[in-house]
Amino acid sequence: MRGCGRADAMAFTLLVNGTEHSVNVQAEKPLLFVLRDDLGLTGTKYGCGEGQCGACTVLLGNTPLRSCLTPVSAAAGKRITTIEGLASGEKLHPVQQAFLETEAFQCGYCTSGMILSATALLERKPAPTEQEIIDYMDGNVCRCGTYLRIVEAVHRAAELRRSGRNA
Amino acid sequence: MPKSGSIIEVYDPELQNSEPLDTEFQQHDSIARLQHFFNLGRRDFFKVLGGGLLVCVAARHAVTQESGRFTHHEHELPTTLDSWLHIDENGQVTAFTGKVEVGQNIRTSLAQQVAEELHAPFSSVRMIMGDTTLTPYDMGTFGSRTTPQMGTQLRKVAVSARMVLIQMAAERWSVEPSALTAQNAEVRDAKTGRTISYGELVHGQNLTKVIPDDPDFTPATEWKIAGTSPLKVDGRHFVTGVHQYPSDIALPGLQHGKIVRPSAFHAKLVSCDTSQAEKMPGVIIVRDGDFIGVVAPDVTTAQRAAKSIRAQWDAPPQISDRELFDHLRKTASTEKDDDDEQYATGSVEQARSKAAKAIQQTYTVAYIAHTPLEPRAAVAEWKDGKLTVWTGTQRPFAVRDDLAQTFHLSQDDVHVMMPDMGSAYGGKHTGEAAVEAARLAKAAGKPVKLIWSREEEFTWAYFRPAGVIDVKSGATADGKLVFWEHDNYNSGPSAMRTFYEVPNQRIAFHSTDEPLRQGSYRSLAAAANHFARESHMDELAHEVNIEPLEFRMKNLKNERLRAVFQAAADKFGWGKQKPASGHGFGTAGGFEKGGYVATCAEVAVSGSSVKVVRVVQAFDCGAVVNPEGLKNQIAGAIVQGLGGALFEAIHFENGHILNPHLAEYRVPRFSDVPQIEVVLVDRKDQASMGAGETPLVGIAPAVANAIFNASGVRLRSMPLVPDGLPDKT
Repeated sequence: MRGCGRADAMAFTLLVNGTEHSVNVQAEKPLLFVLRDDLGLTGTKYGCGEGQCGACTVLLGNTPLRSCLTPVSAAAGKRITTIEGLASGEKLHPVQQAFLETEAFQCGYCTSGMILSATALLERKPAPTEQEIIDYMDGNVCRCGTYLRIVEAVHRAAELRRSGRNA
Repeated sequence: MPKSGSIIEVYDPELQNSEPLDTEFQQHDSIARLQHFFNLGRRDFFKVLGGGLLVCVAARHAVTQESGRFTHHEHELPTTLDSWLHIDENGQVTAFTGKVEVGQNIRTSLAQQVAEELHAPFSSVRMIMGDTTLTPYDMGTFGSRTTPQMGTQLRKVAVSARMVLIQMAAERWSVEPSALTAQNAEVRDAKTGRTISYGELVHGQNLTKVIPDDPDFTPATEWKIAGTSPLKVDGRHFVTGVHQYPSDIALPGLQHGKIVRPSAFHAKLVSCDTSQAEKMPGVIIVRDGDFIGVVAPDVTTAQRAAKSIRAQWDAPPQISDRELFDHLRKTASTEKDDDDEQYATGSVEQARSKAAKAIQQTYTVAYIAHTPLEPRAAVAEWKDGKLTVWTGTQRPFAVRDDLAQTFHLSQDDVHVMMPDMGSAYGGKHTGEAAVEAARLAKAAGKPVKLIWSREEEFTWAYFRPAGVIDVKSGATADGKLVFWEHDNYNSGPSAMRTFYEVPNQRIAFHSTDEPLRQGSYRSLAAAANHFARESHMDELAHEVNIEPLEFRMKNLKNERLRAVFQAAADKFGWGKQKPASGHGFGTAGGFEKGGYVATCAEVAVSGSSVKVVRVVQAFDCGAVVNPEGLKNQIAGAIVQGLGGALFEAIHFENGHILNPHLAEYRVPRFSDVPQIEVVLVDRKDQASMGAGETPLVGIAPAVANAIFNASGVRLRSMPLVPDGLPDKT
């Protein structure tokens, strides 16, 4: 049990990247900080704390979620995927592979959120149009302005997913 | 046990510390004091990195601050040895630089340059950056200086190291060094065909040499590693979430801090009730003058504790953004500013009567926020009276000095590390979070992490200066510029001088009262001055009824600038086609920090809506070190520049920021991004220059000119269309 001994802390069980974690934290504590501070999963980023930038995006099931606005109590018991849980061992997830190949980042701080949003998009639309990518991803900010490469990376990821399935 | 190694000493009188200082940098940044410099002992380096070859350069660290200005003591003897390069017995190369990686991809591009000149594989080179104990002193990562200065410095060191390695092989084989060549991390004797690897050469060696500082650089036309686009060296860490940014650093027993901010700018603390916070388990309250902070075992408790503190502040009345531009004019300094902020040639007064057409206009730029996605963050730990800080800053050595002064420590008792951060764009020259975290950690007796909230970042960081720019100009009937006047109030003197041929000029920067805390921003005032100049050129072209690009070319001699204008125009199809109904074309260009840029933009105007649909930008920064990385920087600068051009503005009233959230301060998103085509003008005959900033300066005037072309509405204030296109009336 992590995070013991805090005032009004409660026990929660989180299912993160396929592993069960027990934490003892305040019910209001944002999932973002439970992931980062209690579970050491710092790939999920704080960008704005107001759900406007997407840097804190994780997947709840297959749905992208702003972890900065989600109290841990609302995420308990549900299947959560963070950036650390996408790859299978050494093998990168197609979206990760596509971002790497197209170098769709500069400082990289938005990258986790971008990759998870794109992953959710491709679950819904395996071959999205450019406009569908823009519409779906518009809540994710890349302040370095790497947007065009990110669009390219999502297209590339769609290709990789298709070829992976076909293989 | 320290292993043996070699020390090569190079005395280099043109080390980076003699770099010219930017006037705006001096103007906007309070610089910490620099007096003593300490380096890790050579032996410690070998302890950390293993034996091998360590290439050092004797440095003049004689930079002092006098009356707010730096003075360089030209004749001071070298007092320290800076270590720049290490080669271990396995051939692993480590290069050291005080520059920092913030997304501009220099961790890769500098390693390419080292590998190129060392004649070693790119994959064998790793960079240690921005660490005040391990890397040589560096003033900071700003001003697009990394490529021209640090790139050159590391290339010099790498060439020198290669010469030493060849010398070592020559001695071993008792042959002339001229008979040997080095490639792929091996020295080769062409005559016999024998080879020896760098790792083998440095194995067990222990020698010290002085190398003349006269390296023969590899010409860009012969580059094999520089000039290519290897993937970002640690890119995999970024797509897997493994990379640790400053805000990700964790230590055993780490506590979390939160600062209680004043009610308004310049507010003084009147009273403070911390009784509720005191009752919270594990909470430590830190009060020191007007500083109020809390430390708690977790962020939620820290936030609760800070929120529970009842502080009364007394704030003076302050101006609001409505009065901003009048205020800047009214408070302009009447003293003559420095010579580098004034320029005159010919006689504007006498030239006025010679102009067939003369116009005057005023342009303004708003305060804007850098908004790096990673806000200011620091982790501070005290141990045995020594302070270690991990923080996001463009100037780790300045932060070290700031911490040393604040806490009355010597510089060697402060260690600042800068893990590659979530960018800065000129906005992190300072170390506020580091100082605050260190203060909290000192009180708590435990390591403390402090991450600024987005609201704090929007409020208590500094802004790009707002400004007013008056331009007066005249031209002959056939379109030759006769006179040009340019007065800049507060936004800054960068790129204020015109690059067009004008016989009579008067150009001046006027410092004013600064209503908000202001400082460096990507490209400094070059964006504002180019906006004014290139918008005005369009206006004057319209007056003399000459096509805007032709009008520019008529008055432009600089060949490199002409070439980028032409390259952008060709790619765009300028003059070849008419804009579609409701669309307009605009062009603009300029020169700054060794980079030449020209931008063509197409906008679509429909009712009050303005959409930038296509941008073509040509850029020349000399020999290109990493083409794909450069394209990424250029496209990014265009996108960031679009924010300031179209809609970004900080609103403020009486000491408060009115839009300190991303929901209220609009930054460019996917849906704002036009089609962008970048034309790299790769001048292999020219020195490589920086590219982080200048690609940002053409977009705003190109868009303003395109809006005029589409609608007949001339917009002279950045942001241009925060609320859509205004009515023509």
